[in-house]
Amino acid sequence: MKNSIATPNVALYVTCLVNLSRPSVGFAAVKLLTEAGCRVSIPEMQTCCGQPAYNSGDQAHARDLATKAMDELDGYDYVVIPSGSCGSMIATHYPKLFADDVDLSARADDLAGRTWELITFLSDIMDVTPKQEGYNGKVTYHDSCAGLRELNIRDQPRKLLATIDGLELNECQMAETCCGFGGLFCVKYPDISGVMVDRKIDDLLESGADTVIAGDLGCLLQLASHLAKRKVPIKTWHVAEILAGLTSPDHAPINPEEL
Amino acid sequence: MQSKTHQFNANVSKALSDKPLQEILGNLSQGFPKKRAQAKARLPEFDQLRQKAAEIRAHVLDNLDLYLERFETRVIENGGTVHWCGDASDARTVISDICHRVGARSVIKSKSMISEEIGINDYLEEQGIEAIETDLGEYIIQLRKEPPSHIIAPAIHLSMAQVAETFRENHPDLDKQRTLETPRALLDEARTRLRDKFLGAAVGLSGANMLVAESGSVVIVSNEGNADMTCGLPRVHIVLCSIEKVVPNLADAWSLLRVLARSATGQDQTVYTTFITGPKRPEDLDGPDEFHVVLLDNGRSKMLGGEFHDMLRCIRCGACINHCPIYSTIGGHAYGWVYPGPMGAVLSPGLLDTGTADDLPNASTLCGHCESVCPVHIPLPDLLRRWRTRQFSDKRTSLVQRFGLAVWTWLAIRPRLYHPLSSMALKLLGIIKPRLRPFADLPAPHGDSFMSQWAKQQSRPNSGDRS
Repeated sequence: MKNSIATPNVALYVTCLVNLSRPSVGFAAVKLLTEAGCRVSIPEMQTCCGQPAYNSGDQAHARDLATKAMDELDGYDYVVIPSGSCGSMIATHYPKLFADDVDLSARADDLAGRTWELITFLSDIMDVTPKQEGYNGKVTYHDSCAGLRELNIRDQPRKLLATIDGLELNECQMAETCCGFGGLFCVKYPDISGVMVDRKIDDLLESGADTVIAGDLGCLLQLASHLAKRKVPIKTWHVAEILAGLTSPDHAPINPEEL
Repeated sequence: MQSKTHQFNANVSKALSDKPLQEILGNLSQGFPKKRAQAKARLPEFDQLRQKAAEIRAHVLDNLDLYLERFETRVIENGGTVHWCGDASDARTVISDICHRVGARSVIKSKSMISEEIGINDYLEEQGIEAIETDLGEYIIQLRKEPPSHIIAPAIHLSMAQVAETFRENHPDLDKQRTLETPRALLDEARTRLRDKFLGAAVGLSGANMLVAESGSVVIVSNEGNADMTCGLPRVHIVLCSIEKVVPNLADAWSLLRVLARSATGQDQTVYTTFITGPKRPEDLDGPDEFHVVLLDNGRSKMLGGEFHDMLRCIRCGACINHCPIYSTIGGHAYGWVYPGPMGAVLSPGLLDTGTADDLPNASTLCGHCESVCPVHIPLPDLLRRWRTRQFSDKRTSLVQRFGLAVWTWLAIRPRLYHPLSSMALKLLGIIKPRLRPFADLPAPHGDSFMSQWAKQQSRPNSGDRS
């Protein structure tokens, strides 16, 4: 499975949330991939992988967006995504979405086979340990659901985080429990979502961590906004930002500024 | 049981504002999920067994007619009777007819979710026949006139103090000074109460965990011993079971038993695992004179061979419920019918009237914890998504959501419009005061989109060639 191409051509698919609310994760991913020896491209027509439509049962629109993504992600050795959720949409769900489509199912399978979540790509495919500048803090890692259960991302981020100077990694009890984001779920069922994230925050407080790191911006925005609501001073960072060392004083954590 | 699935949001509000319930739900993860993990760790081949269990169940569903007919033949050979019931009303009639024929004034019951599904207790009560639940959890909620909140632990939503209070209210003849502070004390009191009921009932009504086609046996697992008394003491034993519960032979039954209790309560085996094969034979010392099996379809054959076929593999261990973060936030009653949690959110829309349980498959983050613990590998998140797809194509998804997705897709497949528009919107958001921003709780965007910042960086001279 390890990469055998000297300088692989990698398309970075940044995801809607990174594009719109946290561009620094995209820049962190570019830095990590470049340093890992990849030739990084950002296909400029990329938008949305279609997951919101897919999870809402809107198959037609999900297929429209998936077909568009397949077009623009053609020809790259790898497609890398700084999100387990969007990564799994392409790697796990595109083949299901086109399973009955004679014309497109082979293309969906091909793209799925080339698509990786950023951290697993660095760790399992490129086999690199990013150079970084250190991070001082008691850190806990939150496993986002799709990454954990659909892409088996569990040890890779922890292994890489453990190499960072000054970073003390502690597990919290509910690391593998859903934060209650769930895409449109938190919009449609905000009360249930709110109790779920509150329990997560109680657990974070119990762990004594001052920083929570995750690989998905959806979870991080959910945690960050509710941490702010409760005025809990636990910082939130995307794992790519930490690994790329983009945590200098002039770059703030994800938490809202009121914190 | 009357369905309240259509008022899901009201059920949820009630559950979220119920402080004692929230406290109990908050501690659920310390119970069954921990015990399951320990049981799994004790058995290295557990995952292989799950695979085997899934294959057995899939094979049964592919040959359901064959195994059901074989089961019926064996039951008849053993001296029993099989009643095929298309829906709940058929099953209620069959059961009450038997009760009337034998002159039963009371029926003792061991736990059966199918009996909740067909609402047999209320039906019998209407005809003057007392239905008495003998599973401790079921006994408690029957006293409280509540439906079960979990398929294997029907009173899991109650604290011990609440149960003690219920007993004091319902057993006014007992010493008011008695202590009821341990599970043992509560169990003893319920047992004493129930003993005479067991002896006085002409009919015992039980569920079944499995039906064995090879031998015509019914398999019942339990931890309290009440099931065995329900099956063995009264003159008539009625087994109420849905059609998909059949398995080919005893070896397959054991394969399933090996994953059932471990997945459910984390026990290697339940305290009692009972195989019942027909009525009392001449040489037997005890057992019922009559043995009836009521085989209920109630919507299942419609699921067979369709999009929700895999759901029929379910062996009712409750693992998906125990590990569901939604269930442990809203509890079982919020789901509004017999089956809560992920399995209920897939099953209920298939068994209830179209459109009455639409919230259930939507109220999920699709976190996948359910599928990861399912002993028969039911792809629950995919099945939940299929219900959403069905609702969407039937235009039962809210207009707001449909319109929102249409607009979003329209924009997202037009990147030359999408990118400048989103960049503009972000710049606009950047100059609005945080408090006045839409979604004010969310962290502020960084002034411009990644795509726009990247494009600017690339067009700058000497920006380096990364793309």
